[in-house]
Amino acid sequence: MKNEFQIIADLIEKDKKVLDVGCADGTLMKFLKDNKNINIRGLEISKEKVQECIAKGLTVIEGNAEKDLKQFPDKSFDYVVLSQTLQAFLNPELVLDELLRVGKKAIVTIPNFGYWKVRFHLLIKGTMPITKTLPDEWYNTPNIHMCTIKDFFHFVKSKDIKIFKSLALNNLNSSIINESNLGVKNLFADLGIFLIEK
Amino acid sequence: MNTEKNIKTLVVKKPLKLDCGKTIKDFPIAYETYGSLNSKKDNAILVFHALTGDQFVTGINPVTNKEGWWSYAVGPDKAIDTNKYFVICSNVIGGCMGSYGPSHKDPDQKIFGTNFPVITINDMVNAQYNLLDHFGIDKLFSITGGSMGGMQVLQFICNFPNKSKTVIPIATTSSHSAQNIAFNELGRQAITADSNWKDGNYTSNDTNPGKGLAVARMAAHITYLSKKGLQEKFGRKLQEREDLKFGFDADFQIESYLRYQGSVFVDRFDANSYLYITRAMDYFDLAKQFNGNLSEAFINTNAKFFIISFTSDWLYPTQENKDIVIALNSIGADVGFVEIESDKGHDSFLLNVPDFLSALKNFLDKSYEEN
Repeated sequence: MKNEFQIIADLIEKDKKVLDVGCADGTLMKFLKDNKNINIRGLEISKEKVQECIAKGLTVIEGNAEKDLKQFPDKSFDYVVLSQTLQAFLNPELVLDELLRVGKKAIVTIPNFGYWKVRFHLLIKGTMPITKTLPDEWYNTPNIHMCTIKDFFHFVKSKDIKIFKSLALNNLNSSIINESNLGVKNLFADLGIFLIEK
Repeated sequence: MNTEKNIKTLVVKKPLKLDCGKTIKDFPIAYETYGSLNSKKDNAILVFHALTGDQFVTGINPVTNKEGWWSYAVGPDKAIDTNKYFVICSNVIGGCMGSYGPSHKDPDQKIFGTNFPVITINDMVNAQYNLLDHFGIDKLFSITGGSMGGMQVLQFICNFPNKSKTVIPIATTSSHSAQNIAFNELGRQAITADSNWKDGNYTSNDTNPGKGLAVARMAAHITYLSKKGLQEKFGRKLQEREDLKFGFDADFQIESYLRYQGSVFVDRFDANSYLYITRAMDYFDLAKQFNGNLSEAFINTNAKFFIISFTSDWLYPTQENKDIVIALNSIGADVGFVEIESDKGHDSFLLNVPDFLSALKNFLDKSYEEN
C-alpha cells in the first residue's frame, strides 16, 4: 500500500461517504472500503480502469471530472479525494471549486514541483524533470499544470479555502506543513497532502 | 406463431388496471426459467426482453428452433451464470409468444386484433410482477434488460423500489425521443399500409401483413447497427453476382441481408403485436410520470444501479443513459456507469462484446458476494 493512501485513509473517519475523483484502478477505493467501511464511489475517465474497478466490486462512474462533477449535488459527500490528478486538468481551479462544492471536505494530493530533486534536475541537466512521482517526458505527460507545495498553499489561502491539515510526504516520512516551515517542506517533500474545506 | 407446446404460462387471476383505463383479469403470462432458485430464494434475476424478444432467453428457443436472444450473456458460466442464478423471463403483455396479446381471443371468442387494449411499459411490469408471487420470491437479486428491456427495468424499480437488490438497465432511455418515435411510426405505417393488415383483422398466417411487417423489421434493423459496422460487414459488396444488374433485385449484400432479416422475422412475429409494443415504447416517459423530475422515480429505492451504454449506439445513445446516471446521482443513489467501446451499434448488448459481458459478470458476481 502506498504511504499516500495510508495517510488519506487516516484522514477519513469510519462509515463516511467518499467520492474518489480520478480513482484509476480503484486501489485506494478498495483500501478505504475494506479497512474503514467507507461508502465510496469513483469517477474515472479511462474505460480500462473503470473495468478494473468493476472487477474489484467497486462502484465507479465513467466520466470526466472537468465536466461530470456538476451532476453531484452540493455537499453530497463527506469527503472528495483527488489523488495526484489536479495538475492534469485543463482548468484545475474549476475542478478544485467543484471538489469543494460536492464534498463537505476535500483531500487533494499534489506531486511537488518544488522538490529538490526536481529543481536539481532542471538546474543541472537543463531538461524537464523526471522523478518517481513525475515519470513522464514533457511531450507525453498528462501533467499540464504542475505546481509546488508552496504554490498550492498560497493558492488555497488566496481563495479563502480553509486548510485543516497539510502534510509533506517524502518516501515513508510525513510531517506537518505550516506557514513557518513552508519553504523547507517545499524543498524536501515530493508529495503534498491537503485536507481542505470551503 | 402461438405454438402452445413448450410454453409455460401463469394465468393471472388478479385484475390489472391498465394505463388506458381498461382492466384485464384471468390473463396469461408466458415465461421461462433457467438455473434453479436456491433455498434462500435470493438468487433470482428477472430479465426483461426488448421489442422483438421473448421469454426464451438462452439455449434453443423451442418455438423457433433458434438460439435464444441473449445466449451470449445468459447460461452456465456466462455473464449471467445460470449455475449460480435463477433467471426468469416472461413475454410482455401485448406480445406474441404466449402472453396476453392481440392474437388472443376476447371473452366473446373473437380474436382481439386492434381491439386489444393499448398497453404501456408500466402495464408490462405490473403484469410481470405477479411472477414474484408465483415463485415466492420476496426480493430479486437483480433485474436487467437492454433497450425496451431497460425501460422495463427502470419502470419496475420505480413501481417496486424494494423488490430488487441490483438494477442493470442497458442501452436504454428514460424517455423515448422524437427520433425513436419516428422510426417506430415508420414501422407501424409499413404494417398498416399492407392491404393484408385489414385494420388488424387478419386471421391466418396466409393472409397476414407479412410484407409490411418485413419492411418494418428492415427499417428497425438498420437502427440497431452502426454505420461503421454496416460498412465493414457489407460495404458495397455485391450479392452473388459479378456486376450490377441494372434492375431492382438485391444487387448489394446489404439489400439481401435486410430482405432476409425481414422474411425470417415475419415467421416468428405478429404484426399487431409489433404495433402494440412499439406504441408502448413510444409512450414511455418515466420523468413525465414525476412532473419532469426523473430522480423522483428512484427516490424510494436503495438498490444498487449499474448502467451500461455503447459508443456506437445511436438509437439509445450514451447521453440518454447518462441522463439516468445523473438523475440517480442527484439523489445520492448507488450508481455505477460504463460506456462500452463497440462498433456493433445498439445490438451490441445482444452480441459477443467481451468488455460488456465481463463488466456485466463482474458487477453481478461481486454484488452477489457482498450479499
